[in-house]
Amino acid sequence: MGKKDDADFIMVLAGNIVSAIQSNMQETPLRRFICDYVESKIAVGALGVFILIFLAAVFSPVISPQNPYDLNQLSILDNHLPPAAKGIKGMTYWLGTDDQGRDMLSGILYGLRTSIFVAIVSALIALVIGGSLGIIGAYKGGRLDTLTMRVVDLQLGFPAILIALILLALLGKGVDKIIMALIVTQWAYYARTVRGSALVERNKAYMEAAAGMVLTPVRIVFRHLLPNCIPPLIVVATMRVAYAISLEATLSFLGIGLPVTQPSLGLLISNGSEYLLSGKYWVSFYPGLALLITIVSINLVGDHLRDILNPRLQK
Amino acid sequence: MAVFLIRRLMQSVLVLIVISVLVFLGIFAVGNPVDILISADATEQEREIVIRSFGLDRPLWEQYIHFLGQAFQGDLGKSYVFNEPALRLIFKRMPATLELAAAAMVIAVCMGIPLGILAGWKPHAPFARVIMAGSILGFSLPTFWVGLMFIMLFAVILGWLPASGRGQTVEFLGISVSFLTRDGLAHLLMPALNLSLFKWSLAIRLTRAEVREVLLTDYIKFAYAKGLSGTRVLLVHVLKNILVPIVTVLGIELGNVIAFAVVTETIFAWPGMGKLLIDSIAVLDRPVIVAYLMVIVTMFIVINLVVDILYSVLDPRIQVGEKR
Repeated sequence: MGKKDDADFIMVLAGNIVSAIQSNMQETPLRRFICDYVESKIAVGALGVFILIFLAAVFSPVISPQNPYDLNQLSILDNHLPPAAKGIKGMTYWLGTDDQGRDMLSGILYGLRTSIFVAIVSALIALVIGGSLGIIGAYKGGRLDTLTMRVVDLQLGFPAILIALILLALLGKGVDKIIMALIVTQWAYYARTVRGSALVERNKAYMEAAAGMVLTPVRIVFRHLLPNCIPPLIVVATMRVAYAISLEATLSFLGIGLPVTQPSLGLLISNGSEYLLSGKYWVSFYPGLALLITIVSINLVGDHLRDILNPRLQK
Repeated sequence: MAVFLIRRLMQSVLVLIVISVLVFLGIFAVGNPVDILISADATEQEREIVIRSFGLDRPLWEQYIHFLGQAFQGDLGKSYVFNEPALRLIFKRMPATLELAAAAMVIAVCMGIPLGILAGWKPHAPFARVIMAGSILGFSLPTFWVGLMFIMLFAVILGWLPASGRGQTVEFLGISVSFLTRDGLAHLLMPALNLSLFKWSLAIRLTRAEVREVLLTDYIKFAYAKGLSGTRVLLVHVLKNILVPIVTVLGIELGNVIAFAVVTETIFAWPGMGKLLIDSIAVLDRPVIVAYLMVIVTMFIVINLVVDILYSVLDPRIQVGEKR
């Protein structure tokens, strides 16, 4: 009898501990965040699509049917084939070919690689520069803060495409130049976002506690203040990456972005536009579709992130 | 108000000077104009004469002052290609761009605000969801690609609308415009629609957010309590209060549209100043590039100033000229 009671008691205790641990785990911010995110099926689908596109871009040299920039693999006889046509060597071009007999599917995969690389690198650098200036400005105030915010206000008064046009007109074409132009057009958004949330967070009790513990300012800013400013930053960063992809494609389309040796989706579309009037739609239609799907999926993810990270809309 | 105006004007001049320094440094210091001006087989002496006659042997700051002095007299150099003053070229092309931008804004406002009000009024209704999904699409669609697809659909496949150019123009108040002739209107429709897409979705989202916020306020509840009809509340009480932020944003967006016209003009071969810029960049026609940049920056500064003033006129709660 006594033994069974003991056993029951232990079982109940163990059950309690497990459920306590479980409920404890559910309370971590990351868990709650994931649970909130999974609620929207559209957002989950969009994230899945984006991950697929991202992987396809990263592994494009492995998965594409041909290397579109290796002239040995191209045959000029296959030029302007419509989608799903068979080439002279028996290869099927599912999305057709361009004027040089290049497989459009391969071209798109390689183009995605360039587009996504340029957008993510520029967004990361802009994030670091803008974020640091914003958070240090908010924490310390003073002249640096005033100066940064003046420049931010000034810059946000002009559209990004105009600033990029000015820079590229002065600098010329090139991957490094377009990354630079994208950084210059983006950093102000990050600076403003981080500063805004840091100004609110700065006055909270935990900041006073951190200051009371006589931690170094660097540690206070980056270990205590920064982590609490991250949610809005994530939202802005997603939206900005989508915008950067679109802007880069636009600039490349205009012929002032990436050089012909490093074709992005914008350049593919631009090449195809010459043949549009003769009805060869696929040369610019499919790269544009790839661009559209990429941007829409990122924007849908960003839209949902904004909804779940916005404290005002929380249930 | 006067103090505010003076301070803002001084700020604007400062910005203009900073931009002119940047453009000057970029164009005249990074690139070497001598290589373009002098043929490769010129002798050393000829080179020196040309360099001296253009003042290129003087220190940079002196060259800049000279450039600034010329600029104040409205002389930004002659186009290498058209052999015409660059500024005159820009102004000749400006009406086409302004017409396109204005048409795009009219479409965006007339379509965007009513749809936004509908979406904000009943945010969970099916049509509101359709409108919002459409606006996300409008945000994500790359403008230039949509333009190409418009051409493919309406010009190549259906053959309804012309694919490029401005069509027949007529003189109106001394400027040539397209929208008053049938042919011109047909040419204008596709580019204007293309340019307006982005602003269209912006207007929808902005209006919806404002409507949702205003519907929660006490004065709307009071208006309903007075027994006013839903339409009247929506059209009078809500509309009046959402206009301020919308006008501000769309005002700022007007400049944005003019800048983005560069893309639309290139696709539809619309002879505006944006297409001139892209053509000039392609052939390195530097005076035209400088002139375009200076003109558009000035335009932006004026637009931002006007929006600030309008803001205070529309919303008496905002006191301009006082420190926050």
